[in-house]
Amino acid sequence: MKTSASEIPNDEVAIARPDATPSGLSVPVVARPDDVRADHDLIGEPGRFPFTRGIFPDGYRGRLWTMRQYSGFGTAEESNERYRFLLDQGQTGLSVALDLPTQCGLDPVDPMAGPEIGKVGVSLSNLAEMELLFDGIDLGRISTSFTINGTAAMIFAMYIACADKQGVPRERLTGTIQNDILKEYVARGTWIFPVRPSMRLIADSILYSNDVAPRFNPISIAGAHMRDAGCTAVEEMAYTLANGLAYVDAVVERGGDVAKFARRLSFFFYVHMDLFEEVAKFRAGRRIWARLIKDRYGVNDDKAQMFRFGVVCGGSSLTASQPYNNLIRVAIETCAAVMGGAQSIFTCAYDEAFQIPTEFSAELALRTQQIIGYESGIARSVDPLGGSYFTESLTDRTEARVLEIMAEIDAYGGSVKAIEDGWLQMRVAERALERKRETDNRERLVVGQNCFSRDDQAAQPGELFSMNADASRTVRERYDRLRETRNAGDVAASLQRLGEAAENAGQNLMPYLVDCCHAYATIGEMVACLKAQWGEFQEPAYL
Amino acid sequence: MNATSMQTGTRAAPPLAGKRILIAKPGLDGHDIGAKIIALALRDAGANVIYTGLRRSPAFIARIAIDEDVDAVGLSILSGSHNELVREVVGLLSGAGAAGIPVFVGGTIPADDRSALLAAGIRGVFTSEMPLADVVDAIAKVLA
Repeated sequence: MKTSASEIPNDEVAIARPDATPSGLSVPVVARPDDVRADHDLIGEPGRFPFTRGIFPDGYRGRLWTMRQYSGFGTAEESNERYRFLLDQGQTGLSVALDLPTQCGLDPVDPMAGPEIGKVGVSLSNLAEMELLFDGIDLGRISTSFTINGTAAMIFAMYIACADKQGVPRERLTGTIQNDILKEYVARGTWIFPVRPSMRLIADSILYSNDVAPRFNPISIAGAHMRDAGCTAVEEMAYTLANGLAYVDAVVERGGDVAKFARRLSFFFYVHMDLFEEVAKFRAGRRIWARLIKDRYGVNDDKAQMFRFGVVCGGSSLTASQPYNNLIRVAIETCAAVMGGAQSIFTCAYDEAFQIPTEFSAELALRTQQIIGYESGIARSVDPLGGSYFTESLTDRTEARVLEIMAEIDAYGGSVKAIEDGWLQMRVAERALERKRETDNRERLVVGQNCFSRDDQAAQPGELFSMNADASRTVRERYDRLRETRNAGDVAASLQRLGEAAENAGQNLMPYLVDCCHAYATIGEMVACLKAQWGEFQEPAYL
Repeated sequence: MNATSMQTGTRAAPPLAGKRILIAKPGLDGHDIGAKIIALALRDAGANVIYTGLRRSPAFIARIAIDEDVDAVGLSILSGSHNELVREVVGLLSGAGAAGIPVFVGGTIPADDRSALLAAGIRGVFTSEMPLADVVDAIAKVLA
């Protein structure tokens, strides 16, 4: 497909907007000492408040970041096989991708589930499926991250039940559930319940996790998807921190102690191609969050002030045109994440703009991180860009702009209201349109897509992942068998207790969900039970 | 919607003036930014756009298309379920005697599927890298 962009002659392509970052922060030709605020305390030491330079005093010398590749598709057995492959290749954590029916709380037999079973992730409707998924993988030894939001509480309950089955003590569990519903309403769309009961479920899971699995991260407050949808790096940080405050407030409202639960909050961002803007974003984010925990909540505990985050490289910065170029993009983005001090990194595969990665492309994505981690040397010194006039000036200005945007959200009435009304969604949509027009007009250059493209370039990489066509049938047959063999009385009783607990706003629902999972109640059944009380989210009409 | 209305103001009549277009999200895919961008761009080109919101069944989409007497339907799918969902919507439309409503598809569509969809009667398959002006032109040409 020829784009109108390919009409610019190659020798006329010039850097687009040399004087500003994509977020609109100005860029000097040369940064000089007077571009930086003279206050050295702001830069400080890594491992010390306000953590501008990083949360650990020795950076990556103690341990490199967690290399965690998002993966999962089809049936539990197929995904189990891919996980074992990745672990054998030196991956240090698992990241489970779930299919859309599981994410939306629908069982595989639901009419809306049919075409989506096993497509964007693995189907996981009940504990028996999870037991297959982690077969031969010791949950006490591996850290597992689940990208799950609308049904995060149910999947977390299932993970605990799965550990119980393996005989792994709950307190040994490590990993993360994304569990960030606010950004789902804005950008990713796997919401189920209205905003306020969803916030209750999240507060319940945070409090429960702190008690029974204190090493587990019960939330990963994510900007990545809003960024992917189109907002800028600076907006990504501002919206995410504003959502973070909404969660802290929700847990405090349910009696949580910030000094305790804030130690287990984590964040998740995109890292795009503008290297310095990304590094500045992470440095500013650490500083702002530490100050918010200290000043707004009066908490002086270092561990509670630490802004721990994972990143994903790629996504909307990757192209379907000239797909092998994506390998280079991901390498640059990984460098930005490392120099920004990320705790875990997921590198997208070059063919991700088309489909689930092949084993070959998934391996290359992991090797990219390993080459940067073990060969490039950039992980030796903490915050290696710190102290550069440009980095510090961009960090200061990112911080100032993030705080301005957060103040706008606050003035509107906070994140929850901004999202219930569709205000934030409209802001992101308008920015997405602007970004698309910038690319169309070549004010933002994408090599191989709107410049340096060729008329004869291949439409896609040679080999694509091919989905097991039987996955859907296998999953549905097993589901039907489960419903015949499980103890129906236990299922009904556990669901009834869940429903009763949900009526009492003060009750933590997590223990009830764990009981449901042990009884082999399904995701669809648990969700239907809560929907009966809470109803469903209705999208605000802002478009 | 100031960002979009600023772009109009050209002398010629907007290419989609008076056209009613349904932009729909079939299935469970929650990535709606492409659908929203297209909705805003089509509106900017003069169309009257109806956006369904997320997670709509093919039956719901076909019914709205007929009830609202639209001139075109745009389906946005990024979950890989396009082959099943698109065919279902098209089948329901023709079953209801509305086979004449042109259907367009946008999303993550591999090249092989693209040809198959076009062969099955879809009037245009768009990916995120196509310039908006080209998408609008392609739709306007079909609706002219």
